[in-house]
Amino acid sequence: MKKILDVKNLNVSFNTYGGEVKAVRGVNFDLHKGETLAIVGESGSGKSVTTKALMGLLPKPHGYVKEGEILFEDKDIAKLSEKELQKIRGKDLSMIFQDPMTSLNPTMKVGTQIMEGLIKHQKMSKTQAKERALELLKLVKIPNAEERIKQYPHQFSGGMRQRVVVAIALACNPKVLIADEPTTALDVTIQAQILDLMKDIQKKTDSSIIFITHDLGVVANVADRVAVMYAGKIVEIGTVDEIFYNPKHPYTWGLLGSMPTLDSDDSELYAIPGTPPDLLNPPKGDAFAPRNQFAMDIDFEEQPPMFKVSDTHYAATWLLDERAPKIDPPESVQKRIDSMASNDGKGDM
Amino acid sequence: MARYILQRLGYMIITLFIIATVSFFLMKLMPGSPLGAAQEKLSESQLEIVLDKYGLNDPIPVQYYTYMKNLVQGDLGVSFQFDNREVTGILLDRFGPSLQLGLQALILGSVIGILFGLIAAVYHNGVIDFTSTIIAVLGTSIPSFVFAGLLQYYIGVKLEWLPVATWDGFEYSILPTIALAIFPLATSARFMRTEMVEVLGSDFITTARAKGVGKFGVVFKHGLRNALIPLITIMGPMAVSLLTGTLVIEKIFGVPGIGDQFVNSITQNDYPIIMGTTLFFAFFFILVILIIDILYGIVDPRIRLTGGDK
Repeated sequence: MKKILDVKNLNVSFNTYGGEVKAVRGVNFDLHKGETLAIVGESGSGKSVTTKALMGLLPKPHGYVKEGEILFEDKDIAKLSEKELQKIRGKDLSMIFQDPMTSLNPTMKVGTQIMEGLIKHQKMSKTQAKERALELLKLVKIPNAEERIKQYPHQFSGGMRQRVVVAIALACNPKVLIADEPTTALDVTIQAQILDLMKDIQKKTDSSIIFITHDLGVVANVADRVAVMYAGKIVEIGTVDEIFYNPKHPYTWGLLGSMPTLDSDDSELYAIPGTPPDLLNPPKGDAFAPRNQFAMDIDFEEQPPMFKVSDTHYAATWLLDERAPKIDPPESVQKRIDSMASNDGKGDM
Repeated sequence: MARYILQRLGYMIITLFIIATVSFFLMKLMPGSPLGAAQEKLSESQLEIVLDKYGLNDPIPVQYYTYMKNLVQGDLGVSFQFDNREVTGILLDRFGPSLQLGLQALILGSVIGILFGLIAAVYHNGVIDFTSTIIAVLGTSIPSFVFAGLLQYYIGVKLEWLPVATWDGFEYSILPTIALAIFPLATSARFMRTEMVEVLGSDFITTARAKGVGKFGVVFKHGLRNALIPLITIMGPMAVSLLTGTLVIEKIFGVPGIGDQFVNSITQNDYPIIMGTTLFFAFFFILVILIIDILYGIVDPRIRLTGGDK
């Protein structure tokens, strides 16, 4: 498969009154054509900041790419000027946002908001753009599109608005679609509809998707590959099967263990103890070490490199070093993994 | 929409009726008489004749009834000061200059103010922002008559570019317009800056940027309209106070406006003029508020009046 996006050693920092906050610290990943990569992690792990950097939407001048490359079709996005970025945004890379209640302009007709990108990037006339906007509204399954295109966002429900946001993002057939928690603000039934819609559209348009979420249920549903982020770093990356059935990083174990499932027999849900580190002064060693029950001395001294598990599966934990004792996931997590594996094929979790 | 406006006009008549009643009785409580110093020179019988002529000898409820009856027929009465001139005619004469000054000041002040605020918001915390904040603070805190004096002295007297005072053509209106415009300029600049900074930080602006919309488009197509909504609220009262004449500026520049007229009529107990001006101001105020409400609907689709359907 063709590689469409290649992120190399991405470092993003924010200048604050307290000093430099290192929000993203050396992230590497790539994205192939037609693939869906999910980035998971808790709040503040740097997943949204990573995607903002991809779009060139960091709040300048406080937020900036300190180091690294974002290669998109042999261009380094991190080094493009604002003018050049404007030509890429919405055309090659586009974004779906978290909260449909605030991400649409309340004083502009829905149709106009969809047409804007088309007129700008594809040099369409107003009538052409309107036709395409109607098509898009039908694509995202908004009934009565001819009527709806003339309406304002407040005349739409939350789920319908998110469909409009999806339509805006899809307008110019982007090569990469970045979805930043697109279903978090929606209720569960609507979530499923939006996810189905996105999968459906991906099949039709063959675009690549980066899907940011902290919901592992959603990940299993949509992703081909998963990157787990913690404290500004990717701690484990692999295919969905590898991450769900053969996780190597203790943080991934914690995430899987704390995910509620329909058939979880445990009355209590597992919670990862402690809080994420302060990225104003990131720890010297592995950032997860203080919360890690399997932490070794080296974890507090030196950051682990990415150990290779398979061609597609990498994890940054010293447990994978040949000198480390062999440790299996905790029993409760292993049980959860086994039950997921046996449930596989019986439908979604 | 038409129904809504009709309904609002109905409310307007009720409001005007209440205002007329209250100000009529308040006015009668004022000490003094319309005859002023002349009263002492008149003999008892002469005084009676004059008071009878203007109906001032009737009991107050009767005077009220007579006034309201005439008012309904559109007759505001005749002035006591100016020999038998109709109040309506005087008001219209005097309102012209005030309206012209007010409109010019409102347009000049709000347009420049909005632009100032926009630029300050776009480059916020920069040099332009601080400069415009300082101008805004000066503009709101220094009274307009200070500016008026400065303008008259430097531009009128020293440079002799423009006439210092009186009212005789457009160039005479420039200095008072500038003096009047300072306040709306400063207020709208400050307001616009705050609103725009907030709007530019909202999610839909990020959506617009993610679409590839340029800086200009983000500010003018997406930001401005949303930032204008709260500004309209303060523009209403500001417009009224500017359009109904500002006494101080009219005095300083010798403009024969309605503000000047109003104060004169109060000191001279010129009852018909006082009533006429009060009602005229009230009418104007309600009208401007109605216009503001309609403007809201134009700018903000969420409060658009759909006239009952849907």
